[in-house]
Amino acid sequence: MDYMILIHSDENADAPAPGTPEFEAMMGEWFAYNQRLIDGGHWIGGASLMPTATATIVRTATIAGGTPTITDGPYAESKEQLGGFYLISASDLDEAIQLASAIPVPGAALEVRPVAFRPDAG
Amino acid sequence: MSGRESDADVAMALTRVAREESGRVRALLARRLGDVDLADESVQDALLEAARTWTSNGVPSNPAGWLMHVAKRRAIDRQRRATSAQRNAVEAARTLPSDDGEASDGRSYDGLVPDEGDPVGDEQLRLVLLCCHPALDLDAQVVLTLRLVGGLTTTEIASAFLVPEATLAQRIVRAKRKIRDAGIPLSLPRDLGARIDAVLAVLYLVFNEGYLARGDRDEAVRVDLVNEAVRLTSLLAELAPDHAEVDGLLALELFHRSRLATRTDILGDLVLLDRQDRSRWDLVAILDANRVLQRAMQRMRPGPYQLQAIIAGHHANARTAGDTDWPAIASLYRQLVSMTASPVVQLNHAIAVAMADGPNAGLAMIDDLTGLDRYHLFHAARGELLDRAGHPEEARQAFETARSLAEHPAERRHLDRRSAELT
Repeated sequence: MDYMILIHSDENADAPAPGTPEFEAMMGEWFAYNQRLIDGGHWIGGASLMPTATATIVRTATIAGGTPTITDGPYAESKEQLGGFYLISASDLDEAIQLASAIPVPGAALEVRPVAFRPDAG
Repeated sequence: MSGRESDADVAMALTRVAREESGRVRALLARRLGDVDLADESVQDALLEAARTWTSNGVPSNPAGWLMHVAKRRAIDRQRRATSAQRNAVEAARTLPSDDGEASDGRSYDGLVPDEGDPVGDEQLRLVLLCCHPALDLDAQVVLTLRLVGGLTTTEIASAFLVPEATLAQRIVRAKRKIRDAGIPLSLPRDLGARIDAVLAVLYLVFNEGYLARGDRDEAVRVDLVNEAVRLTSLLAELAPDHAEVDGLLALELFHRSRLATRTDILGDLVLLDRQDRSRWDLVAILDANRVLQRAMQRMRPGPYQLQAIIAGHHANARTAGDTDWPAIASLYRQLVSMTASPVVQLNHAIAVAMADGPNAGLAMIDDLTGLDRYHLFHAARGELLDRAGHPEEARQAFETARSLAEHPAERRHLDRRSAELT
């Protein structure tokens, strides 16, 4: 089965600055995690996102052919923000939970959602 | 075949096979089909067929084998009718052994369901773990466990929890849908200990629902959740014999159940431990509980349920209330506090200290507790200790606060009586 893991965390939490040894260590953990997904045959896709300050909402019109409304900001203001995602393949929810639990981000809420349909899947 | 039975005999045989055997059949079938919902529906079909045919044909000599045989056939029927959306289930059906031939009614079904000790125990453990999967809502875990493992009907569970049957049925449908769509597996996880803990939490919740509600409901019609919890905990103790805490919970439940008869009086009012008629405690049950607790402790893996069972055992084995070893109980609660960090456990610790060292020592601890303002037993305990410390007016206020927060009528009546007794 395919699962989407949505990573919700506090984007304002202190994080190591690029160039510091702490930053290198953190990146090392992420690369190792990504490699684990690839080696295990779980990797489908994934990305880390720019902060919500860069987000734009395009609200589509309720009637066909209407003009969408464009506004600044993320979809919902909350203490934790969507900061990234993985799209993985796992044998079942237990494996997906296990893989999600290993994502090297402290104090985050990881939403694990089964994929209903993927047009690019064979 | 045992010939024609009365309707009552058939009804009893049906209930017995549903409660004691259907969980095993469901587990086995679910594992073979890879589909819990299909297994459950097929077992339900088979139970309905049993209700229809056993009255005229008699109860088969091996009801569990009969149930397995018929449920398997129903599963194949259902799969044949399956639409393309259920193609996965059809695939799974090919792994089923070919049907054991159309059984004539006289056929023996021996061998279709393996006996205890066979790998079916493993299948059943998988089913229990699935029902108590943390990805399911706690209410759903409780209902699924009673329904799929305990073999209770939706009607029985609804009446036990005083929930409309439609609501409960909806809850089951939603939970089964999540199991299927989210891919919750019938597997034995690596962190078995943590998952067993989740099962214990569900079973203890079922037990307490029955234990605490006692006396307030029409017992003739409701399923006895106390006995169901004990039955399922015993089953889990067989399925997961290496987990000391399962026996810990079983012993705890058995100790509590041993004094069930004296917990309320003839009017359904609560009788506190120190006023219960100990000659009416179930001595056989206490000995049984002692034995189970012993078995748990021999594994040298202490845990919160074992500690609570040791405490319950101190009470159950004290010949009079005055014989209770309160210093030992206070020390056990101190250990429990360090394990659970629950304010309710801290409250019980304070009460035990009050019993061991006097009401003022307990009151000092109670006044330091936070987070229990809305818990009626916090105020009730405070009232008791204030009364013993010679402060009737403050005790009355505490009892009144407790009464305003208590939900069960029997507890409210008890608090009214305590207020009235103050001088």
